[in-house]
Amino acid sequence: MIVPYDHILILAVLLFLTGAACVVARRTLIMILIGVEIMLNAAGIALVGGSLKWGVLGGQVFVIFIMAVAAAEVAVGLALIVHSHRRSGSVEADHYHLMKG
Amino acid sequence: MPGKTKAIQQKAAVSEPPSLQERTMSVYAVIFYLLAVLILTAAGFAVTRRNAVHAVCGLIVSFLGTALLFYLLGAPFLAAMEVIIYAGAIMVLFLFIIMTMKVEADGDRSRPRVRRWAFPLVIGAVSLTAITILVWVGPENRLPLQTAMAAPSAFGTVLFRRYWPAVEIACFLLFVALVGVLYLGRAGPKEDQSFPEKNP
Repeated sequence: MIVPYDHILILAVLLFLTGAACVVARRTLIMILIGVEIMLNAAGIALVGGSLKWGVLGGQVFVIFIMAVAAAEVAVGLALIVHSHRRSGSVEADHYHLMKG
Repeated sequence: MPGKTKAIQQKAAVSEPPSLQERTMSVYAVIFYLLAVLILTAAGFAVTRRNAVHAVCGLIVSFLGTALLFYLLGAPFLAAMEVIIYAGAIMVLFLFIIMTMKVEADGDRSRPRVRRWAFPLVIGAVSLTAITILVWVGPENRLPLQTAMAAPSAFGTVLFRRYWPAVEIACFLLFVALVGVLYLGRAGPKEDQSFPEKNP
């Protein structure tokens, strides 16, 4: 017997809002990516808790796909950051307005 | 009357094991709350650092706490994956990029820090209140969850029997990401000029 599912959900919500605040408030592209990571992690916590609550493995399986998506997102995001750093010499989100290949 | 006393005694005898169980339950609950505090504190530490390397270190602690939480919630395979993929691969990738690029600290001084964080905090407080109310009025979530453990073999069976199309799609997504990274990471014409060839 652990805690009610409510508490797991509230933990996930708090973590998600932390990540969302990071995405909105920070200017550096790297910190924005870190915020997205925190949000994906919060979604994973909610899914694993739901998987335990209903006794279905689908939630845990979905967390694996979240991890795959997070890995792909981080790879592309960091490549974009390197690209931006090469173009403009800055990693601020405001300076990255040239989306030319 | 004696029958009633006996029934009460039986009830007392029956209700004694739950008190023991309650104690073990509270141990799991205490672990959960400790992990929750650890995860939230580390994430909060991470999002408020000016130095990106410190932020990544805080995030690693947060992910390790999440891995322990996954283990507590009955997902040992996911706990291992969390350590390997998130705390290992992704965070090392972050550190690698940060250290190769000599990223300066978040140097936005045009707006004061309070005003930069005010809007996200207000939005966060409002949505937190809304979701807490939603969770609170939701049905039948008060009961503590039973502990369970999903064996990695059962997990793999479900993953590859029932969800194999999703596995294929995830593979394709990773492949597309690889191609995109190679495309974005190639040296542009400017870099070719700025790095003259060694043997002309």
